[in-house]
Parts: sequence; structure tokens; C-alpha cells
Amino acid sequence: MTDHDTPTPGASTSASTSHDHDADHGSVFDGLLGGDDSQWAFGTDFEDPLAGVDTTIPDGVDAAALASYCLMLGDDALVASHRLSQWASNAPDLEDDIALANVALDLLGQARLLLTRAAAADARLVPRLPEGSPVPPEDALAFFRDESAFRNVRLVEAENGDFAETVARLLVFSTYRLALLQRLAGSRDGVLSAIAVKGVKEVTYHRDYAGRWFLTLARGTAESRRRLVAGLDRVWPLRAELFRTHAVERTVAEQGVGVDPADVADEVDVLLEQVLSVSGIDRPEVPPTGTVGGGAGRDGRHTEAMGRLLAEMQVVARAHPSGRW
Amino acid sequence: MTGPADRPRAEWPLYEVFVRGKRGLNHVHVGSLHATDDEMALRHARDVYTRRNEGVSIWVVRSDAVAASSPDEKDPLFAPAGDKVYRHPTFYAVADDVPHM
Repeated sequence: MTDHDTPTPGASTSASTSHDHDADHGSVFDGLLGGDDSQWAFGTDFEDPLAGVDTTIPDGVDAAALASYCLMLGDDALVASHRLSQWASNAPDLEDDIALANVALDLLGQARLLLTRAAAADARLVPRLPEGSPVPPEDALAFFRDESAFRNVRLVEAENGDFAETVARLLVFSTYRLALLQRLAGSRDGVLSAIAVKGVKEVTYHRDYAGRWFLTLARGTAESRRRLVAGLDRVWPLRAELFRTHAVERTVAEQGVGVDPADVADEVDVLLEQVLSVSGIDRPEVPPTGTVGGGAGRDGRHTEAMGRLLAEMQVVARAHPSGRW
Repeated sequence: MTGPADRPRAEWPLYEVFVRGKRGLNHVHVGSLHATDDEMALRHARDVYTRRNEGVSIWVVRSDAVAASSPDEKDPLFAPAGDKVYRHPTFYAVADDVPHM
């Protein structure tokens, strides 16, 4: 898994040696990647979000519960990221294509950190791969788990629908996730806290993006409003599941490392009501999607869309369990 | 009466984007993009032009608000400066600790 598409500073060296016939001119990027720090074209100063963070598990914390909790938050981000990345080359215009890809990459970065944390806290969660496989734990978790081992809420696995439905889903998801991350910044687990601090800045933008588009589509044309209302009707039934407290979430909340999602329900509801109100959109009157045998996404019980999503996401990695990427 | 401005446009207006790489440098023109209004143009510029950590500040301006010189005026506008070597401050040594010169 990789969450960056930027050439690394070292990449210019290999690029220039592989183009020796062109040595007189060098790479067109040489001037941009040189030692002159006034150049900004490829950016500078990339930060490691976990630099200097204590990675030991705090006293009195159930490592297995912490690991399961990291899977929940990590799978939410991973699956949402995969769905959003399906918009690449399909969005209504180039600018929103890139905007959605940026959101997807932010979430993928959060997923990497959370899955890595999950594997470090409880190695038993990581699927066994062939002896000598170079696949790191985060990738083993992302690409070699079966559907029932995924702990994401069902909201993020649903098909994208049209742009308006995606905007409605992203608004609900990012409002929920931002409220969680803001509280999680105070986690006793230094790693979760650092991931949350980084994530708050990212998801604040995601919510802003979704909220602005929600308002624009609601107040736009009759057609954009019709599509938004229809999309919101499909998103809304999966909202209630976000605030059901799973036993793992209760445990980590009691131990001061996690957040009980029921605690953010009111805040999320008020924020969504504000967006609905300024947009002039009525709160959908649709019943919540039921549970399966008393469980939902956090218990590994997913909708039909999840199997197809995983098949697409995992097929290449599973075909090469000893592959190096 | 319905004028051209009242009808829905098939395409969003074009904006020019300027990004400042870091404090102390000036904004540099980096490209253009489409957006429905100024606010969306700023956000699109953030998404399209600063996703690799390139900037700390963005300006956007409607392309149709930019006044540009015409290629026909090239000679009267710019040719006279071509032979005035004494206008270049090349006769001074620049101190080593002066950045961005």
C-alpha cells in the first residue's frame, strides 16, 4: 500500500542513469529537485506523523481490544478510500476528480497507520502468508483478510452511486469521523493520539468539501437537488449504525484509549441538521438498515457490496502472496 | 428578456492560480482551473496545485479579469529595453547571505 504518488528525492538519480543517452540534457526535473530549497514544484519537508511517538501500549490497556479498535477505524478509512478512489477519471470534472482522489489518499494514509498499529498491538490478527513473504503486516491486513474479518461500518462499503450520493455519504462519514478523531486526540495511546491529530486536519477539509458541495447541489438546479435528495435517502439508513457501541469500543473507551461512538451522536446530529437546514433539505424519513443476527459491520457482517469491493481491491495482491510492491 | 449572462453556462469560468511556496517568496503563477465561484476556485487550487506540499498561500483571479499585453505591441513595449545594459545591476557583487536573488 502506498499513500503518496510523489517522486522521492532519490528517484531523480535512477531516472538520470537510465537515460544515459540523454546525459547532456539530464532530466527535465533536475533543476526542480536540486539543492535549491526555494524551489517548490515537488514540495519539501515531508513529516513523519509518528516521529518521536512512544509506541509502547499504555498500562492497563487490553492489547487485543486496542488492536480490534484500530482495525475498526482503519477499515472505515481503507474501505471509504477505496470507494472514493473509484471516482478517479470518473468525476464530473477534472478538479473534483483530483479533490476526491486527495480525500481518498488522506484516508489511505490514516488506514496504513491504523492497520500497522493494529498489527503491532495484536499480531494474531494478521493473516498468515507463505514463508518468506515480504508483504508487511498492514498489507496482509488490507489484502488477505476475508470479508467477515473487516470491521468497517456498512456506510462506507456501499456503492458510490452518482456524485450527489457520494457527496451525501462523504458528508455523513466525515462529520462522524471528525467528531471521533477530535476526541481521540486525547487518547492515552500515544500512537492513536498522533494519528488522530494528523487526521483531524485532513477530515476537517473532507467535511468542508462535502458540506460545500451539499449546499451547492441543494441550491443548484432542480436536477442537482433531485439527485441529492435521492442520494441522501440511500445514505441515511446506514447512519444509525455509526453510533451503536460495540463491546470493543466500550472497552477501549473505558480504558481511555478509544471513543464510544454513542458519545458523538448528538454532536454529529446537530452538525448534519445545520447543513440540512441551510440547504433547505428535509431530514429523510427512512428506517435504519437492520442488523444481521444482532450484528453489523463492526461484527464483520457486511452488505452484498462488500464482497465485490474486496474482490476488486484484493485480487492482485492475493494472486501474488509473495510479491514485492 | 434573457441575456447571455442569465442562461446556464455549459462550462465553469476559468481562474488563474498563484501559489506562494514559503514565507518571504512571492506568489508565482502555476496554472489555471475551472470553478463556479471564488471560494470553490480556492479549494480547487488547493486540491490541484498544492497537493505535494508546494504552498503556504494561494491567490486565484478570474481569467477574464486579467488585462494582458498583446503580441502586436511586443516591439514598442519591450524592444527598447533590450540594449540598455546599464539598467542591469550587474556591476555590484551580491552578498552571499542574500537569498532568492
